[in-house]
Amino acid sequence: MLYSLLSGILLAALAPQLQRVLGRYLVVPMVALPLLLFIYYCFFVPEVLQGQAVVQTYTWVPELGINLQFRLDGLSLLFALLISFFGILVMLYASAYLEGDPLLGRFYLYLTLFMVAMLGVVTSDNIFGLFVFWELTSISSYLLIGYKQVDKEARVAAWQALLVTGLGGVALMAGLLLLAMATGSYTFSGMLGQQEVVLQHTFYLPAVLLILLACFTKSAQFPFHFWLPNAMAAPTPVSAYLHSATMVKAGIFLLARLTPILSGSEFWHLSLMLAGGLTAIIGAILALQHNDLKAILAYTTISALGLLVTMLGIGSDYALKAMLVFLLSHALYKGTLFLVAGTIDHSAGTRDLTKLHYLGKQMKYSGTAATLASLSMAGVVPFLGFVGKEMLYEASLENYIMLGITLLTGTAFAAVGILMSYRIFWRRGEEKTQFDHHPDLRLYLPPLVLATGGLLLGLLVSVVPANLLQAAVRAVSGNPEMELKLALWHGFTPVLGLSLLTLLLGLLAYLFLPSLRNKVTAIHPLYRFGPNALYHKLFELFLHGSTTFILWLQNGHLRSYVMYIMIFFCGLLFFTLWRDTPGLDIQERIYQLHEVRLYELVIFFLVISALVFLMGTRSRLTSIVVMGLIGYSGALFYILFGAPDVAATQFLIETLTVVIFVLLMHKLPAFIYLSHQFRKYKFIAIAVLFGGLMTYVMLLVQQQAVDSELREYFGKASYVEAHGRNIVNVILVDFRGLDTLGEITVLAVAALGIFSLLRLNPEKGDKP
Amino acid sequence: METLLPLMVGTLFAVGMYFILHRHLFKVILGLILFGLATNLFLFVIGGLTRGGSAIISGEQQVATEPYADPVPQALLLTAIVIGFGIQAFSIVLIRRVYMTFKSNNVDDLNKENEHH
Repeated sequence: MLYSLLSGILLAALAPQLQRVLGRYLVVPMVALPLLLFIYYCFFVPEVLQGQAVVQTYTWVPELGINLQFRLDGLSLLFALLISFFGILVMLYASAYLEGDPLLGRFYLYLTLFMVAMLGVVTSDNIFGLFVFWELTSISSYLLIGYKQVDKEARVAAWQALLVTGLGGVALMAGLLLLAMATGSYTFSGMLGQQEVVLQHTFYLPAVLLILLACFTKSAQFPFHFWLPNAMAAPTPVSAYLHSATMVKAGIFLLARLTPILSGSEFWHLSLMLAGGLTAIIGAILALQHNDLKAILAYTTISALGLLVTMLGIGSDYALKAMLVFLLSHALYKGTLFLVAGTIDHSAGTRDLTKLHYLGKQMKYSGTAATLASLSMAGVVPFLGFVGKEMLYEASLENYIMLGITLLTGTAFAAVGILMSYRIFWRRGEEKTQFDHHPDLRLYLPPLVLATGGLLLGLLVSVVPANLLQAAVRAVSGNPEMELKLALWHGFTPVLGLSLLTLLLGLLAYLFLPSLRNKVTAIHPLYRFGPNALYHKLFELFLHGSTTFILWLQNGHLRSYVMYIMIFFCGLLFFTLWRDTPGLDIQERIYQLHEVRLYELVIFFLVISALVFLMGTRSRLTSIVVMGLIGYSGALFYILFGAPDVAATQFLIETLTVVIFVLLMHKLPAFIYLSHQFRKYKFIAIAVLFGGLMTYVMLLVQQQAVDSELREYFGKASYVEAHGRNIVNVILVDFRGLDTLGEITVLAVAALGIFSLLRLNPEKGDKP
Repeated sequence: METLLPLMVGTLFAVGMYFILHRHLFKVILGLILFGLATNLFLFVIGGLTRGGSAIISGEQQVATEPYADPVPQALLLTAIVIGFGIQAFSIVLIRRVYMTFKSNNVDDLNKENEHH
């Protein structure tokens, strides 16, 4: 399984190069890959149907429990087949939809990458593997939405989708880790059967919250639904593949995968039902007030995802079965409708409902596909959608609120179904839309195949899908004995009545749609407070806030930077002192003051008073002299404490500095009053804080006697090994001679710099 | 004196820091020099003070006799002082150049000049 995924990634990476070699025949290898994958997964069907899970393990980082563990059970297999089958059709469709696009190779790269990532999501058993693939789907979705990168709209939508699903990805990682800590297992199969442990664990609530956040952002549940309609800026094959059939179902998949582990608490069921129900209603209502075909389909997708989540929330055996059947039928008909919408857009150049009339005459096959899909969407016998709808009703019969939600969404679906087939394809009377060109085979075959699939699976419902769905529902419920019997005809039951009622209501909704829409537009002002507007506000606020913050922090004044560094340094020192709390023996130190000799005291006060004088002086010459005085005093201290060489150097350097100063003084700026009083106090405070801390640190260090082995070593070896009596000099020129060479180099570089600065003359045409 | 030296070095640090934070170019150089001096003395104090014995082996001995000062900090200091001097000299000349080019003695004005260009 790993190699199948790796081959996909390899082919994806090669796609742009292949385009150069193969030209328009690039489509052949790109279609062949999902086809091969589909066949590959088909081979597992018998094994999985018998109730066994295919497990493959590759060790990766065994020490951390991160392994590539793949596990194919009923649920995974259902998704894997769906993904690879859709992949075949979408790859084929895209080659016609984007024909002649010079970036087609790159498009295939993203699309194949996505397909592989999605397969990874559904087959991963290890939580880390799942996370990696999950994020990969977000990233490839970002790239695909932003495929038309010249469009600002597409870029904003791509960014939005990435941010929202990325937020979910972070939550997912945290949630899964909490779950792993609670169960002690890094694999889903290891977590199975630990439901009781998880429910009792203190991590249960935070883990569920985080995982729900991840699934709701991915599957566009209220209030995170806003990114999905915007994501329709992507090319239509992408919308059909990612944003209706597969990627948005990753959240549903994960919820289903975790149902046997996390379900059972009131919180889980209630929050799923609440979010799912709200999403279903909002999607259904919003779907009816758009004219853009893709927007309508996007909102019905949101609504359908809401229904799926609701079913998971109900969580009864029947609801889980209904969820899976509806999921399959939805993928088939919604994919078809998206592809047809893309064909219309491609041929007629518009997706606006009001401009499309009587298309059936010119695009028979697409029209047929759309009609078949719409009938399935509306829930008409003998389509798979009918079976799905019946089961949804059956599952929500117990609760009137749920029943209302299902009825409302069913009505909206039926209305949209009529809209998508009769309204734009077959209604006569108005002048027909002009076509730029007629769609070719690759544009109408894939939707036709999907739509026919919906019909065939409906007719053969008790044979073909039932077994596979049974294996899937066993995986979702965690009950290996569960039976799933599907039949097209249940007889005259209340549910059939509800189905008919839905169709009737859908027809009514379709007929009164124009007037309904006028009423609904009354809520448009509310959009300003909707999640989408909120997202953009937050985004702007964040940008604005970070700009302000950066401008405040990095204001271009060296002073401020020095100040920040100093404050941070002092903070670190304070922290260390507070943490280690070394005691300072003050009495001992005061006692030591008795040993101070008079001449030392004189130098000390000389330096202090010189510094005070320096602060107040306004004359450059005076300050240079005072600086010299301070430097010489420092040198005296070196002499007093046994460092004659250092002192000599200090004397020399000090003299040189004074000389340079005096030589250049007439070219240096004169003093004028510059700083504000308040600033001055701030600087004084920081300076005093810093000086005080350094004093304290020195006093502390002095208490600890430094016992240096190096001192012993150099004391012994200096004369014996290097034949020098002055140990300091011996170290500099012998033991560490290379360092001294480096030092000389530094001085030489400085001298070069000084020389060039002095010779540089911008007025004469040199560059400053 | 072991107690007074830290006080003095602390004061040197404080005054040097204050001058570095100043926006007058000349004072910034003074601050740099004072800060360098303070750092050197800081190293010296931290390295341990030995009164009366320099790190020199007297004429008739083969090895150094106690008390003798630790030679390692001194060697470090020598290097530090010399390199510090390089930096001082360079910064003095640099500031002279800046002053002659921008005709300003205020660090903040350099930013404004940048914005004009």
